Amino acid sequence: MIPDLRVRLGEWELDNPVMTAAGCAGSGRELARFFDISRIGAVVTKSVTVEPRAGMPAPRIAETPSGVLSAVGLQGPGIDVFLQRDLPWLLSRGARAVVSVAGSSVDEYVLLARRLSEAPGVTMIEVNLSSPDLARGGRHFAEDTAAAARVVAAVRETARADIPVFAKLPPDVADLVELAGECVAAGADGLAMINTVRGMAIDVDTRRPAVAGGMGGLSGPAIRPIAVACVYRVHAAFPEVPLIGMGGVRTGADAMEFLMAGASAVAVGSALFHDPSACLRVLRELEQELLDRGVERVDSLIGAAHRTAGAPGTAVG
Amino acid sequence: MRPVQMSSPVLTVRQVDAYHAITVVAPGIAERFRSGQFIAVAVGGEHSSMLTRRMFAIHEVKPDYGGTVEFLFTVRGRGTAWLAERRSRDLLDVIGPLGRPFPLPRDPVNCVLVGGGSGSAPLFPLAHALRRRGCRVDFVLGGATASRVFSAITARRIAETATVTTDDGSLGTKGRVTDVLPRVIDEACSDVVYACGPMPMLREATAVAMRYGIPIQVSVEETMACGTGICMSCVIPVVGEDGITRMARACVDGPVFRGERVRYDDVGTVPFDALGAPGWKARGGGEDRTREAG
Repeated sequence: MIPDLRVRLGEWELDNPVMTAAGCAGSGRELARFFDISRIGAVVTKSVTVEPRAGMPAPRIAETPSGVLSAVGLQGPGIDVFLQRDLPWLLSRGARAVVSVAGSSVDEYVLLARRLSEAPGVTMIEVNLSSPDLARGGRHFAEDTAAAARVVAAVRETARADIPVFAKLPPDVADLVELAGECVAAGADGLAMINTVRGMAIDVDTRRPAVAGGMGGLSGPAIRPIAVACVYRVHAAFPEVPLIGMGGVRTGADAMEFLMAGASAVAVGSALFHDPSACLRVLRELEQELLDRGVERVDSLIGAAHRTAGAPGTAVG
Repeated sequence: MRPVQMSSPVLTVRQVDAYHAITVVAPGIAERFRSGQFIAVAVGGEHSSMLTRRMFAIHEVKPDYGGTVEFLFTVRGRGTAWLAERRSRDLLDVIGPLGRPFPLPRDPVNCVLVGGGSGSAPLFPLAHALRRRGCRVDFVLGGATASRVFSAITARRIAETATVTTDDGSLGTKGRVTDVLPRVIDEACSDVVYACGPMPMLREATAVAMRYGIPIQVSVEETMACGTGICMSCVIPVVGEDGITRMARACVDGPVFRGERVRYDDVGTVPFDALGAPGWKARGGGEDRTREAG
């Protein structure tokens, strides 16, 4: 028996639940040298901005225990080059393209949503809310629930109706469940979580932060329990809302954790830095885990940890 | 050609001057290799807590056992300490060959190869490739002290001349490689310079080559995390053919660049006029330039 790996994210069906995480798969080309990118559920692009961005100065990355601390600053070519070069290439390879967008104002998000809606082939828009809001002194949109909801509402209104809009949420906000609820109320078709956890490492020789940006975003297995808890809490509060889970997925068993916490799909992020074919390996391992356990359909695992007798409520811990 | 990822058995671990040298059996990498390219090695085993790879220039490729690859390193942290403990028949997760190789001249011209410390490693396969094309090869090798000058004896065997400098004068001329480079260029009538080493050395070598009006290819030693182009951490400001500065990834756009294209003084910063930096549009024609950026 070959397990059925198909999952649904709302109206949208995926061949399998494994995706790349935004910012960890380049333009897709880099990874396509190592595996057939049409075989995974979707390729999530790095966040596309209106204008080209040069990003932060180096050093941009520091290795921490089971983690990667990074401050890249959304370096990218901008929406024009993305639409002319990167998106057509992804589609030509048969990949499902989930396009992450980041703006510094609501207007920029609207412009991005409009341009992506005019282009054929965009499978989904993922709204990166961990982008500085210039109107408010560079605070991230996600740090203010109302600002985040305004962005999501504006993107949902602008984007073509058949393109699902997912909001990507960071874990370190005052009330994640409230933020999730407001994003859904603003029209998000689903949520992707978690973005990186804010962190810092200090180089004791230079007495400076290890990344030039000072603060960085922590990813990797070090944050996995935080990510699983976030998915669990949000799924408990909004069981009907499709979730894409991510944060330190490295193996098929890790992917199962997210599914059981309530995610319908799982993204592989910084594990790709270590193993560029990690997505296919995770998929293969997930399939084997299902076989070993006699699980016929992967979607039967979604939220399974909530249904087990004695499952903890979200108030615990 | 596409890089490959493989589990490669360690063939030998040895000491070369002050460096550790590991040879792995990696036929797919050996057959694709061109000089200047590097490998990305996972450290710490299958469940390692060290998520970034360690990059090493390929120092030697041999046809034994279907193809072997040798790389050199010094112990600088936990990752390289783990590597130094590997023994014959251990397996290493290796990706390669990666990066833009040294371009080779069509004609049999005179080439001077300048290396600082372990930066000399990729120059040895380059020297062999140039010799096969009938080029004259002269080496200039430098290091802090005698034991850090890499394979001076091998260099003498391959090349027409090998000039050595050390900071402390313990071997060869006391001083830096760029102090003796003009004399070598004069004596060898060099047509091309190839250089690999720390950024200040590359800057000086580029200045020398520019004074002589001869082309220079440099291989940068930027810290990298993935080696495959996805993490965006190894960026340096490089001027493109269109005159626009971009934050180029040393791993996929390099590590070999034309020397005069690298903005050495701005390494570690994002220049104000770089593509996508606050001042880049001030150079004019912003919209069109966006399209050229591909």
